[in-house]
Parts: sequence; C-alpha cells; structure tokens
Amino acid sequence: MSEAAVAGLLVLLVLLALIAVRAADLLLAVVALGGYSFAMALVWAAIGAVDVAFTEAVVGAGVTMVFMLAALLRTSRRRSPVAVGIQQVALPVVLVVGFLLVALTTALPPWADPAAPAAVHVSPRYLERAVAETATPNVVTAVLADYRGYDTLIETVVILTAGLGCWLLLGRRTP
Amino acid sequence: MIERHESVVVTTFVRGLVPLAQLFGLYVLVHGHESPGGGFQAGVVLAATFVLLALALGREVLDRRVSEPACLALACAGVLLYVLTGLVAIAGGGAFLDYAALPVPLPAARARWLGILLIECGVALTVAATLVLIFCRLAAREDAR
Repeated sequence: MSEAAVAGLLVLLVLLALIAVRAADLLLAVVALGGYSFAMALVWAAIGAVDVAFTEAVVGAGVTMVFMLAALLRTSRRRSPVAVGIQQVALPVVLVVGFLLVALTTALPPWADPAAPAAVHVSPRYLERAVAETATPNVVTAVLADYRGYDTLIETVVILTAGLGCWLLLGRRTP
Repeated sequence: MIERHESVVVTTFVRGLVPLAQLFGLYVLVHGHESPGGGFQAGVVLAATFVLLALALGREVLDRRVSEPACLALACAGVLLYVLTGLVAIAGGGAFLDYAALPVPLPAARARWLGILLIECGVALTVAATLVLIFCRLAAREDAR
C-alpha cells in the first residue's frame, strides 16, 4: 500500500478518535472505536506487521466492540458529565504530555532503519536461524512460541486470570 | 437484552457462516507456522463465532450450546497444556519449554515445530474459552443474574 494511503488512514484514525471522545451517545463512541481499530489494522497490514493486523482486527474491531456494546446494554448509553475542574486540569496535562511525546519522536530511529537498536540485537539471529532451528517460516510464530516461550506462557496466564476476574465480577448476584 | 434477530436472512446467513468461521479458526491455529496467525488469533476467531451465534439467534443459544463449567475447565486446560509441554521437555532432558528435548522420534527442528503447535493449541483453548465465558456473563439476562 502506498504511503498516501497510510497517511489517509492516519487522518481517519484522528477523526474517529475525536468522534469517540466527543460523542454524547456512547453507542456512537463504541462504533467509532471499532472503526478506529479496523483502520489501525489496515495500517499494521500496510507496514508489514500482518500478525499484529490480524490480532487488531479480530480483537479490537471484533470481540472488544461486541463486549463494549453488551456492557452498554447493561448500563447506559449516556455519558456521565465530567466535572469542570477535572477538565481544566486535563487540558494542560494533555497538551504538555502530547507535546513531549511529539518532541521525542525525533529521537526515535527512522522507520525500518536496519541500524536501529531493535534491529541489531537478537532480531538478525532469529531471522537467520528460525527456519533451520524450528522448521517455522513465520518467524513471528517462532519468536512468540519458542524463543520467547516464557513470555507467551505468562501472557496466557494473564488472560486466564483477567478472564476469571471478569467472570467472577459479572457473575455476582445483585442484592 | 440480546434477542433473536427477526430477519430470516440474518439468522440463515449466520447459521451458514459459523461452521465456516470455526473451520477458518482451526486453519489459523494449525497453519500459524506458515502464515499469519496462531493460537491467540485462532482462539479469538473461535470465540467470535459463539458471539455471532448469540447476536443473531438470541442469547438462549448460549444456554443450549455452552456450558460455563466446561468453558472454565477448557480455559484452565489450555494453560495446563502449555505448562505440561514445558515439563515434558524437562523430562526429556532439556530445559523448561525446550521443545527440542521433547521425547518424540523427530529431528530437533521438527520437535520444536511440534512443541510450537502444542502450546499454540493451549493458547487457543484458553483464549477462546475465556472470551466465551466473559460473553456468557455479559449477555446474561438482568433478571437471571
């Protein structure tokens, strides 16, 4: 995909985020967030992170959206008003943090830089040896499931514990 | 709450789509070595088929087709499968999760391939069962809580 298409998707992301933040009807906000996730998945796919794009599409644009809709059905579609005092504090905080983040992006290595720290540490070894060592052409799978197996094991335990927590909380009978 | 959809187009389409989507989920799981995807994505796709069924056919479909204790057991079984794969590698003389040491008559790279498949199955089980479990409770009727 061309850079112009990615730029268009990034503009769409900002617009959808603004809709999600400003919408008075939370149903609209949830739908905007679903569109946001789907546009994000397209961006991931366009820059070559296909596994991440797949996850973003099924989790962000798929299941999470339905979960948020189900939560809205159980609660309220209306946004509860935010106190003016909090808004007055939030604006400067957002402006300062946002300015710092944008200013610091200049310190990041250029996109797809082969000399970036992340690309010269262990990545070359994985790319060179994954097929010979694990018979797995999709290096992302080889890294997640084999080279970084401990991380994936603990992530799976986190999903289980978080899910059990939700299940127990939602299952409590209301008096 | 989440009621059966009135349109026969929607219900028929979903009935036809769900088995195909589940087949695709299994494909994503076992083909994760060669193509994008893996246990996590497969688990979410499989869970999404149950969400889709409930959205189209009403939440009663969850009562009929999904058992919460079974989901709980499957979610835990996924993590157990992952841990057991690691422990069997120790029993085979290697380190924890060193699939090359799995006691199977395969070359080391193929044994690692098999180990990856086993733990991806564990991840898929846990993710699918956990998501279905949460959705069952989210979709439950207010008066049935």
